[in-house]
Amino acid sequence: MASAVPRLLGAGVWSRPLRPRLLPSATPGRPLPGGRTLTSAATSAVSAPESSTDVSDRILSEPLKHSDFFNVKELFSVRSLFNARVHLGHKAGCRHRFMEPYVFGSRLGQDIIDLEQTAVHLQLALNFTAHVAYRKGIILFVGRNRQFSHLIETTARDCGEYAHTRYFKGGLLTNAPLLLGPGVRLPDLIIFLHTLNNVFEPHVAVRDAAKMHIPTVGIVDTNCNPCLITYPVPGNDDSPPAVQLFCRLFQTTINRAKEKRRQMEALYRLQGPVEQGAGGQGPAAPPSLGA
Amino acid sequence: MATPCVSCGAAAFYRLFLGGRVSLTRRQGVWKAGAVELQTGTGFQILRLRHTTGVTTKKNVAALRRETYTVDFIKKQIEEFNIGKRHLANMMGEDPETFTQEDIDRAIAYLFPSGLFEKQARPVMKHPEQIFPKQRAIQWGEDGRPFHFLFYTGKQSYYSLMHEAYGKLLEAEKRQNQLQAKGLFSEKTETKDLIGSRWLIKEELEEMLVEKLSDQDYAQFIRLLERLLTLHCGAEEEFVQRFRKSVTIQSKKHLIEPVQYDEQGMAFSTSEGKRKSAKAEAVVYEHGSGRIKVNGIDYLLYFPVTQDREQLMFPFHFLDRLGKHDTTCTVSGGGRSSQAGAIRLAVARALCSFVTEEEVEWMRQAGLLTADPRVRERKKPGQEGARRKFTWKKR
Repeated sequence: MASAVPRLLGAGVWSRPLRPRLLPSATPGRPLPGGRTLTSAATSAVSAPESSTDVSDRILSEPLKHSDFFNVKELFSVRSLFNARVHLGHKAGCRHRFMEPYVFGSRLGQDIIDLEQTAVHLQLALNFTAHVAYRKGIILFVGRNRQFSHLIETTARDCGEYAHTRYFKGGLLTNAPLLLGPGVRLPDLIIFLHTLNNVFEPHVAVRDAAKMHIPTVGIVDTNCNPCLITYPVPGNDDSPPAVQLFCRLFQTTINRAKEKRRQMEALYRLQGPVEQGAGGQGPAAPPSLGA
Repeated sequence: MATPCVSCGAAAFYRLFLGGRVSLTRRQGVWKAGAVELQTGTGFQILRLRHTTGVTTKKNVAALRRETYTVDFIKKQIEEFNIGKRHLANMMGEDPETFTQEDIDRAIAYLFPSGLFEKQARPVMKHPEQIFPKQRAIQWGEDGRPFHFLFYTGKQSYYSLMHEAYGKLLEAEKRQNQLQAKGLFSEKTETKDLIGSRWLIKEELEEMLVEKLSDQDYAQFIRLLERLLTLHCGAEEEFVQRFRKSVTIQSKKHLIEPVQYDEQGMAFSTSEGKRKSAKAEAVVYEHGSGRIKVNGIDYLLYFPVTQDREQLMFPFHFLDRLGKHDTTCTVSGGGRSSQAGAIRLAVARALCSFVTEEEVEWMRQAGLLTADPRVRERKKPGQEGARRKFTWKKR
């Protein structure tokens, strides 16, 4: 897919013409605590292989060498998406212009979303989420549909992340030091289970996250605007089985990534002081946790 | 068809790369909101025009900022308070181990006598938790991650309470559905718990959560709890009772005088009553023929006016014991009407000891046991009387 190519993390083709090379202070290959993995991903892919023997550097750079380090592909299939009714969109009259590429067709006036594209986008989104969770980033689940508010909050609590399914105060992201306290840390990733708010307008957090340079993953239905979302996942956000499937997927990925991080830290702590050369191998096979 | 997607993707990527560059210059270990950093970047004209958070906004001035007390500061204050308490006990010659807050108050009032009328302006020595307002400790750990999963909503305690309540509601509904499926569901009406208690008011809830609430939030919460109550599930009762406060029935606070016995073995009861400036003391005997003596004089001669005698008879008439009790009273002060009212109150209070609790409650509801608080209002300067103004002349 032409649209999917620029999004792959490993691809350096897209990044080269855009990224200016004027960073004397930043150490290449040393990602930041903020965990803005896009630039650091590009850095490690494009620049010279890490020469540092620092354990944390190796822990952080190891997953970036594989395209699907956490094996998120095995968590879902097109058949499972179909069974969860993810392909059902709204009526053709509600269709948003920018969602036309993702719509497979329409049956009896109802739009059907192309699950092949959804699968690709979902794999990218889950992979990105896993990387953010691996780097101990703060993930915020946002959704304004009151039917699923409790489910989203429970999902967030179970994976140790944060949720906001209530009335979104205006300056929460843009004026955070005032509203949440000085020195607060903003989320590193925002996952939208519902991109629209209760009056069918784009959620304020979509625009504010783009303003604050916070990457977003969002499930966009046929009446949503996918423009400002970093990793849109075209899919149904109104049916209970679909939302439950997505919540389960995100929860599994995040738990997997955190477990992997714990494993890597334990491994490198054992191997690090003894031998630095052999520490680079790491577990090549992704963890086989029960899907 | 793919072109619009690619172009907007490119724009987003470009912006993100620029943002990434800015974030790379961020100092490690110091968490600053991204917006503030944008100001320091040079050459990012697009971003600067977009968004400027002023660190020097008016609201951030030291004088207007609410004072935040650190945990260490409060701990130090508590230590100082405890040491000071022991010193004070030594000064007063008392045992430091058993020096209570009342002793402290008395000692301070003795050592620092103050003529100030405003009680809150007088010198006070209390535990720091009562002086410094309760504040929230820092909500996140060393790595910057907040402790509570609903931190980013702004009102974490309130929303977590709503989440918990709604979870309980879902569980109760599920259980009810299961029972209905098995056919064991029975309609139970248990509204006994509600009588004698009321919902917590908004201020009490705010105090419980240490968070500001709006009226709509409070109303929504109460509505959710009431909905939970309609499901009649035993497990949720304790959860709901946390937000109910019992309202004590007024009559329980009444002191019912004990019945005394005189030399002949006759049972009687004494009590006092007041009205305006008249004070009365009544002795009601259990068995008698309805004679009333006031200051040694028969009540027919002491109170020539019928209205005053009706006042005396009212407590007996209310309890249907008109000719069954003998009464002897002494009264002083006031005028004829206030003396009658004072005796009425005294007689009603004395009768409480011969009567059932239910009848006492009836008397209280009839107003027989309440002292009339009305006193003569003072005359104000510039007016002819308490309320009457001087005649207004247009010219």
